[in-house]
Amino acid sequence: MSTPESPRPMIDLRHVSKWYGPFQVLKDCTTKVEKGEVVVVCGPSGSGKSTLIKAVNGLEPFQEGEIVVNGISVGDPKTNLPKLRACIGMVFQNFELFPHMSITDNLTIGQVKVLGRTREQALEKGLKLLDRVGLLSQKDKYPGQLSGGQQQRVAIARALSMDPIAMLFDEPTSALDPEMINEVLDVMVQLAREGMTMMVVTHEMGFARKVAHRVVFMDHGQIVEDCTKDEFFGTARSERAQAFLSKILHH
Amino acid sequence: MTEFDWGVIWKYREALWDGMLTSLKLFAIALTGGIFFGTLLAMARLSHWKAVSAPAAGFVNLIRAIPFIMAIFWFYFLTPMIVSKFTGQQGEAVGPFTSAVVAFIMVESAYYSEIVRAGIQSIPRGQPSAAYALGMNYWQSMGHVVLPQAFRNMLPVMLTQAVILFQDTSLVYVVALKDFLGAASKAGQLTGRIVELYLFVAVVFLVICLAASWGVKRLQASLAVTR
Repeated sequence: MSTPESPRPMIDLRHVSKWYGPFQVLKDCTTKVEKGEVVVVCGPSGSGKSTLIKAVNGLEPFQEGEIVVNGISVGDPKTNLPKLRACIGMVFQNFELFPHMSITDNLTIGQVKVLGRTREQALEKGLKLLDRVGLLSQKDKYPGQLSGGQQQRVAIARALSMDPIAMLFDEPTSALDPEMINEVLDVMVQLAREGMTMMVVTHEMGFARKVAHRVVFMDHGQIVEDCTKDEFFGTARSERAQAFLSKILHH
Repeated sequence: MTEFDWGVIWKYREALWDGMLTSLKLFAIALTGGIFFGTLLAMARLSHWKAVSAPAAGFVNLIRAIPFIMAIFWFYFLTPMIVSKFTGQQGEAVGPFTSAVVAFIMVESAYYSEIVRAGIQSIPRGQPSAAYALGMNYWQSMGHVVLPQAFRNMLPVMLTQAVILFQDTSLVYVVALKDFLGAASKAGQLTGRIVELYLFVAVVFLVICLAASWGVKRLQASLAVTR
């Protein structure tokens, strides 16, 4: 199926459906993220965006369809999920730093325990990334001592410490106070400009305008729109998407 | 009231000390084993696989439904029988201490599994998710992320259970194992100074439990996590 001209996308979702009991949360979702591409997934709450992105690295099982990441099928029971997840970074809405570990340990634990790096290697890498997100001075603190924005930047650094081939962001700014949103978005914009493959669930349309290549709009578990950024912000076709945009662009 | 003779305690100090050692040994083994197997049981009970969670739940419910003293009796008579079945040897293959240890570990693991289960469930789901997202497997996620936080949350309840366990070690008198209380009781009967000895036992238990509670408070303060 894949030809040299069109290599397999980095993240390829085909006809993915998921049910919670009788309730269908994902309905036949098909989309993809090419290598180096930034795809923003938006839509009203409860539309299944978070479920979709968590399905990409196997945190949410799905019943039908196929998700292939870097050539590996996520839903295949034979797939070594830990190995696959180790090369996909994920950033959560609630940061999910490990509160019982110092910032330094948060940055090194994955590298040491999963990638088998030495403590020195991991420390060097971790501190370099911490410096990159502007928080080197906080390295000996604990997550609870940092602000939300700072914690989320550490979480991004933690994900990057694993040298991921793609990054997933699940509403990374939704739990933040308004004045902290930009410090996190700045890090993400920089990452996007460096060519990182990113799938981002967010309501931050400013971010989408700035760096997204494509925008996926979801509603009621379905992908309603899947188009380039310009198409989306120009003439978003579905009424639902237009209503959504007009609501969130007013403030 | 002037007839108290505290000298008997000194006179029987060796027997009392031996009893205390037996109590402490049993306590330490039961505590370690109970927490270890209790943690495994809790993890099994929270498993998505029915084949794993159902037997664990069954075991915990069964053990919790029978009186502790009966469990001790059972293992006193049952363990030697089972052991002799396997080894072919007749009679008392294990003895009261070993059978008491088996009974205590089984009962305590059932109790501790409920505490650990609540502790694991107190950790937000996002924490294991984050661990998995980093590429950790189940055991790494449990060992590095979930359990270290869960145990911090559980410390006060675990201490309460440990205090109860320490007091329960005195139940081994039913299988004629001489623990601290048993030794004091024996000395009391021999000398007719039961009041002095039982008062002494009460004070010792009180001091040990207060000290343990103080120690855990300090430990908790030093491990406190700000969220």
